[in-house]
Amino acid sequence: MIHIEHVTKRYTTRHGSVTVLDDVNLTIRPGEKVGILGRNGAGKSTIIRLISGAERPSEGLIRRDMSVSWPLAFGGAFQGTLTGLDNLRFICRVYGTSTEDKIAYVQEFSELGRYLREPVKTYSAGMRARLAFAISMVVEFDCFLIDEIVAVGDSRFHEKCRVELFEKRKDRAMIIVSHDPGYVHAHCDRAAVLIKGKLTAFDHVDDAFAFYQSHAAE
Amino acid sequence: MAEPSRPPHSSLAASWAIQRRVIGALLMREVLTRFGRHNIGFLWLFVEPMLFTLGVTILWSVAGAAHGSNLPITAFALTGYSTVLLWRNMPGRCIGAIEPNLALMYHRHVKVVDIFAARLLLEAAGATISFMVLSIIFAVIGWIKPPEDIGKVLFAWFMLAWFGFSLAILMGAWSEQSEIVDKLWHPFSYLLFPLSGAGFMVDALPTAAQEFVLFLPMVHGVELLREGFFGSTFKAHYDIGYMAICCAGLNVLGLAKMREISRTVMPE
Repeated sequence: MIHIEHVTKRYTTRHGSVTVLDDVNLTIRPGEKVGILGRNGAGKSTIIRLISGAERPSEGLIRRDMSVSWPLAFGGAFQGTLTGLDNLRFICRVYGTSTEDKIAYVQEFSELGRYLREPVKTYSAGMRARLAFAISMVVEFDCFLIDEIVAVGDSRFHEKCRVELFEKRKDRAMIIVSHDPGYVHAHCDRAAVLIKGKLTAFDHVDDAFAFYQSHAAE
Repeated sequence: MAEPSRPPHSSLAASWAIQRRVIGALLMREVLTRFGRHNIGFLWLFVEPMLFTLGVTILWSVAGAAHGSNLPITAFALTGYSTVLLWRNMPGRCIGAIEPNLALMYHRHVKVVDIFAARLLLEAAGATISFMVLSIIFAVIGWIKPPEDIGKVLFAWFMLAWFGFSLAILMGAWSEQSEIVDKLWHPFSYLLFPLSGAGFMVDALPTAAQEFVLFLPMVHGVELLREGFFGSTFKAHYDIGYMAICCAGLNVLGLAKMREISRTVMPE
């Protein structure tokens, strides 16, 4: 289970303090797929970073009783001056898993070939996305945090990712953040909508979708 | 398919295991980005400070030999410049250390304290290996006499490392809040060098100047280090109690600052 209890997040900006998340509550049970809908800038990535533990809430509490991934997105969590292989090694070391038996899988899945041994900063956006996804699949978690991964790669790669994530790992919990209701509809059991820092949870994706549409102008 | 990794434990032993893994991973990451796999690779960690110290030692020995002093000038230069590298490079590496590692902070276990720890360990190891290797080489070829009291040498080195470590955490954390820290550190550390005791013996100064320089904590460490090396040839001035209080004070301030910025650091 993951419990998000009365979580508020504020950032200090040049115009003073901005409240991005305002008293947010949500519970994710094992194996559950929960979507979080919101427009650009609604705080979707912030909530994902808070759940992952990369950032801490200003107020409130997040309890994790299962292992939670880092936010899987198409770019982040890499050091640009290191090679793809060294980034893989870094992540395997941090999560305490062996590296050598993962190299072949990452090389094949990411379709990077010998570029795996070149610095990540020389990669194109597509190459980075493929590497990011391949490395994400190397460490196993009870709950995956997925941030707009719909944007990854071309349609063939997109299909490979779908199989890895939603077929091979369909027993895991997932929190999927997106501004695309279609993607959330396809993969989630239920959904919540983030508007002006307030999170409203619904038991059915359709209800969440209707609420999202009716507040689209806000 | 492999089992999902275990849920997070909160026991101290489990936390320690995670922290060791993370610091180990960051150490490798630092070594690779700083030294690469080309030519002598990570050996630069201590070859670079060795070259600095060697150059300064030769310069000072040549200049000092002309003065006809009875001071063991090579040991004086070796101890002096090595201590500067120890307390000055640690803060230098911690200032601005967070920014290039921000992307890695998406991983929950990678914290500010681990990034500082990895850089501090590397810097301290480089300065220490350089000092040890040069001391052994110089002693073997007869440029210096072996230290009179190894215990004092080790204790002084430890105290200077503690000073560098405390200052580094404070400066490193502070530099996250204010760019001025980075700007001011360079002139500040440059000006501190001649006052740090590396280039003079406290006993040789006028009394008024002695009182002034002994406000600086590292002077006490350098004096103790030299007493350990060649204490029978001069009168050392130090108060390790005073130095320990300064280090502890800096340490507390540094940890408080680090805790403060840890709450606000945001991955890229």
